[in-house]
Amino acid sequence: MITLSHYLIVSGILFALGLAGVVARRNIIIIYMCLEMMLSAANLTLVAFSRFHVLAGLPDYSAQALVFFTITVAAAEVAVGLAIIVALYRSKQSVEVESVTKLQG
Amino acid sequence: MPSLLFYLFALITLGFGLMVVLARNPVTSALSLAMSFVGLAALFISLDAFFIGTIQILVYAGAVMVLFLFIIMLLDIKAESDRKTNVAAIVGAIVLGSVLAVQIATVSAVHHQSDLTLNEAALNLVAAGNQMAATDKDLPTISKDLKAGILPDTKLMGLALFKQYGFHLQVMGLLLMVGTVGVVVLSKRDKEVAQ
Repeated sequence: MITLSHYLIVSGILFALGLAGVVARRNIIIIYMCLEMMLSAANLTLVAFSRFHVLAGLPDYSAQALVFFTITVAAAEVAVGLAIIVALYRSKQSVEVESVTKLQG
Repeated sequence: MPSLLFYLFALITLGFGLMVVLARNPVTSALSLAMSFVGLAALFISLDAFFIGTIQILVYAGAVMVLFLFIIMLLDIKAESDRKTNVAAIVGAIVLGSVLAVQIATVSAVHHQSDLTLNEAALNLVAAGNQMAATDKDLPTISKDLKAGILPDTKLMGLALFKQYGFHLQVMGLLLMVGTVGVVVLSKRDKEVAQ
């Protein structure tokens, strides 16, 4: 049978994949997609805990409300982030992280 | 049978997630991420979170991924070349990722409810319906659904959002408006730079 830990492990592996992508990849857009993957992994944890924490015969809807807010924030974040990437591409003609080293000193 | 479906959708989620990290072509990454989100939505639905599963498909697999693909194709980004592979970053990513995965697996193995199955944590819809009918007389639709043995997920979600988290919902609306204004400001071409 599927237990809570099954869902938590899937979510942990998904988060680790996203983290590995953020560290290893050099394309800013792919780094951004990996960030979205990490947010979704956190959402899976929240929904799993919501379902397994039964309150008066129903799932805990506070956790699912938090997931709803996370998805909203992620959508707003993608819109602003992609606008920044487009502005960056306009000035550097590249989306590689090596092309943005001005703050490195 | 449900456990087989769990493994199938977990495999889809994680396999396409791996493709996002490994693929050289950004378009392949974006389409793999869309598939990964579809698998994740199926996992949400297996946890009786029908509303969250639906907005996962609508907002993530639909709107967000279209935005990503649009930007990738608009900027005409080519696949990364093999020559400049940064070995240190890749080794660091593998080590960091596996350490984190092992850590999460260990923590979830010792969590006091980690052996709980979906059958053991069964929902008691009829009892919840009776309780809701006794306390909330203004909302007959939810208690009617619950007494009939149906989980009215979207209605309960709306009840939680508007009853408990009404202020937070308005802050979210403000955030979306600030985001929209921010995107317009960022996308506006500076006249002096353009000349």
